Amino acid sequence: MGLLQYLASRIGSYLVVLFVGLTITFFLPRLLPSDPIENYIFQLESQAGQTMSPEEVASIRATLQQLYGLEGNLFSQYAGYLERVVLRFDFGPSLANFPTPVNQLIRTAMPWTVGLIGISVIISWVIGNLVGLLAGFFHDQPVATSLEVLGVILYPIPAYIVALVVIMLLAYIWPIFPLTTTIRPGPLTLDKMRIILYNSFLPALTMVVTRLGWNILSMKAVSFANKEEPYVTYARLKGTPPLKIMTGYVAKNSILPQITRLSLSLGAIFGGALLIEILFSYPGLGLLMRTAAGSGDYNLLYGTITITIVAVATAALAIDLLYPLFDPRIRLR
Amino acid sequence: MKMNIRLKIGLVILAIFTLGSLILPFFMKVDPSRQGSYPKNLPPSLEHPLGTNSLGQSIFWFLVIAIRNSLLLGVSVSCVTTLAAGITGLVAGYVGGWLDRVLTALMDTFIAIPAFPILIVLSTLVRGQTSFWLVGVILVFFGWPWSARTVRSMALTIREREFISMARFSGASTLQVVFQEVFPYVYTLLVVAFIDAILWVTTTEAALAVIGLSKVEVPTLGSIIFWALSYNALFTKQYTWVLAPVVATVILFLGIFLTSTGYNHMYATRRGHS
Amino acid sequence: MIRLNNVVATYTTVRGQVNAVDGVTLTIPDGKIVGVAGESGCGKTTLMKVIYGDLIYPLALRQGSVDYEIDSMSGKPITTRNIKDYWFKHISYIPQSSMSSLNPVVRIRTQFVDFLPAGQRTNNTLEEIRNYVQSLDLPPEAIDAYPHQLSGGMRQRIMVAMGTFFRPEIILADEPTTALDVVVQKGILLLLMDIQAKMNNTIILVSHDMGVHYQITHKMLIMYAAKVVEFGDSEDVFASPWHPYTRMLIESLPTIGDDRMHTGIAGRPPSLWEDLHGCRFAPRCPLATELCRAEEPTFLELKPEHFVACHYAEKAFQNR
Repeated sequence: MGLLQYLASRIGSYLVVLFVGLTITFFLPRLLPSDPIENYIFQLESQAGQTMSPEEVASIRATLQQLYGLEGNLFSQYAGYLERVVLRFDFGPSLANFPTPVNQLIRTAMPWTVGLIGISVIISWVIGNLVGLLAGFFHDQPVATSLEVLGVILYPIPAYIVALVVIMLLAYIWPIFPLTTTIRPGPLTLDKMRIILYNSFLPALTMVVTRLGWNILSMKAVSFANKEEPYVTYARLKGTPPLKIMTGYVAKNSILPQITRLSLSLGAIFGGALLIEILFSYPGLGLLMRTAAGSGDYNLLYGTITITIVAVATAALAIDLLYPLFDPRIRLR
Repeated sequence: MKMNIRLKIGLVILAIFTLGSLILPFFMKVDPSRQGSYPKNLPPSLEHPLGTNSLGQSIFWFLVIAIRNSLLLGVSVSCVTTLAAGITGLVAGYVGGWLDRVLTALMDTFIAIPAFPILIVLSTLVRGQTSFWLVGVILVFFGWPWSARTVRSMALTIREREFISMARFSGASTLQVVFQEVFPYVYTLLVVAFIDAILWVTTTEAALAVIGLSKVEVPTLGSIIFWALSYNALFTKQYTWVLAPVVATVILFLGIFLTSTGYNHMYATRRGHS
Repeated sequence: MIRLNNVVATYTTVRGQVNAVDGVTLTIPDGKIVGVAGESGCGKTTLMKVIYGDLIYPLALRQGSVDYEIDSMSGKPITTRNIKDYWFKHISYIPQSSMSSLNPVVRIRTQFVDFLPAGQRTNNTLEEIRNYVQSLDLPPEAIDAYPHQLSGGMRQRIMVAMGTFFRPEIILADEPTTALDVVVQKGILLLLMDIQAKMNNTIILVSHDMGVHYQITHKMLIMYAAKVVEFGDSEDVFASPWHPYTRMLIESLPTIGDDRMHTGIAGRPPSLWEDLHGCRFAPRCPLATELCRAEEPTFLELKPEHFVACHYAEKAFQNR
């Protein structure tokens, strides 16, 4: 397909994903038997240790209804929701940290998550694809096989297991790194940066190790297949040096499906990041979500999930839009 | 059919875990999830192979039940997921046209929406009223599109090849050719998709449990870790409580994955790829 | 010229070892287009690989040798061992027309020279490539494109240009016209003839299409079951073939005005896995005698530059 067609279809998918994601987030609480407002009131009452007067309950209920946009019929709620979120990015105040707006909390947490994911994905991508390329290119040799075995062992291990192992090894048995993240707010001094690195090391390490297996195995598979392609054989028969074949011929072609796969797995990557943040108490969106879940802070919960969906879809779109730069078959007719 | 080393190891591991978790419970004396059955924090011994934890439970028996529950959930959800994926994938790939476009758009959209955060939200909303199986239903919704995509692309290739064989045969024998040609190929893919789904479901449920958002009263591989962490097992140096499920999880998941890729590899080499 | 001395080339497979080329001795002269013909599995592709020097596992040169008499820079003789150093500079290879012999993500002009060590690429190489391509009646802009932007016929012509850019003394073309339509085929053949006329190099052309051989070759090499059965000037071979197999191959060629029904050659070549005795063509040969089945015919030069391996041809020649 032509370049324009490709770009248009990517943007189209993006909009559909956003729309479906927002709609799901809107309908989630309404589809379930539990009433979030009643849940919240129930929690308030149990936390307060005493029942509140009916007037208090009624006033809280009314406020919450207004905050949730639960007034009016379903359609006006939906329209109001879309308007609030899409146009103004307004998720209302956080219920647990009343009256701090949800946006503020998200804005503070977001850079941590983006930073953690960004750096980990890059490191994992570079190392994993390099290892995979070597494993695929030198397929029959013992070193390549052991690299592949490494990928096979790492791949099925879930993020929380890696996190636990990392914690046990590097925070308990050899207590080099801290158990949970303690980063005090403050200006970005050199000292602060050192503290950030020190605290971020374990979560980042966990993320890198978790994704490494997938990178290795998928790159190995496609490199190995591409090695058998006629253009590689022809390059060899021209007397092309093996290093050039590995880089200019095999790697250059194998990286293309890897980019597409990366775009598709962003959802899983993000989910893993959230889980890891929770386990390490890392001050990103994950922790925010977990605390919102624990305290029944529904505004914050919906805010974070919406931002997550938007972030994942946008990152995937960015990768998709950059793809033609790498693949001339899409870029030119 | 010659099995390669991966498949052999994978199947052995799976056999041990499945049979163990199904048969061993008959030898249980006490319900492992009942607290206070034994003295707390005993080190591993002959009577308690993995010791006991801070809740007075036998770690070993708790682990056995946990494995069983995790596998049960994994297998049952995967059955539904693979069935749904198989049907939608085949229909989309084989029938084509606008139906294909709609289904593909649906698949791609659900893949793009990150499942785990939605699961966090959902678990929060239904807390207190969750049944274990509701978690399963939610997992089906999000596990379905991955396998469906693979089935669909395979259905597309089959459609091309079928035209060639159709040119050679005619009449009733076409159906037979289709069944003999198509079915073995489809079957392998579905088996692989099924096994991969088990891995995904078990991982995701455990991940939810570890952060306390599943039904943690039910023993699963994830909820053990949740309880261990809640009771600061690492602080109190009760490494067995944490290590036992970690090791079990790693071996089990490795077994599932080895079976999947081993089976795939065996079938691929049989058909002449490599 | 290229001298093949009792070349035996073996494939190692799970079933054991098989000689795909089983004792070939001949000399390929300079400055000629040599066609190699035979049924599939007769060993012509393997022979090409041996001549090119592409001997990687599972293919090996079990016996014999290949001597290349072309000028090497260092004055050392070129043999199978070091021929790799001369790939594409003194001996080159044009693969079967295939969409995927070119790297899809690299521009054509880069692929002309990217196999050279960095030191050997000069500044005006791009200019030279463009000029050369133009001299072959190809649009010079084609080299700035990516492979998928060119048609199949254009791609094949570019492959010919690539293979001849460094003016190699020997060019091996493996089914260069298969899977191309007839018009494009003609263009490729003319291109090859043109290049050969200008550079006076040796082109060895493998094709199962006797029509292609008829159109452009100067000498013909016929192979059957891993052996060469006839080798001589194309004129002679086509006009009056001596080996019965050659005769059958040529008779299967349609000619204008000839409305007879053509028969294919009945039977199949023998399996190379079995122990073969006597003339390998005997089971299918209408002239086969007990001698043929018992004793393998030697490859004799019955006329200057015309070799045949057939008892019958030998006798016929002696009795004339």
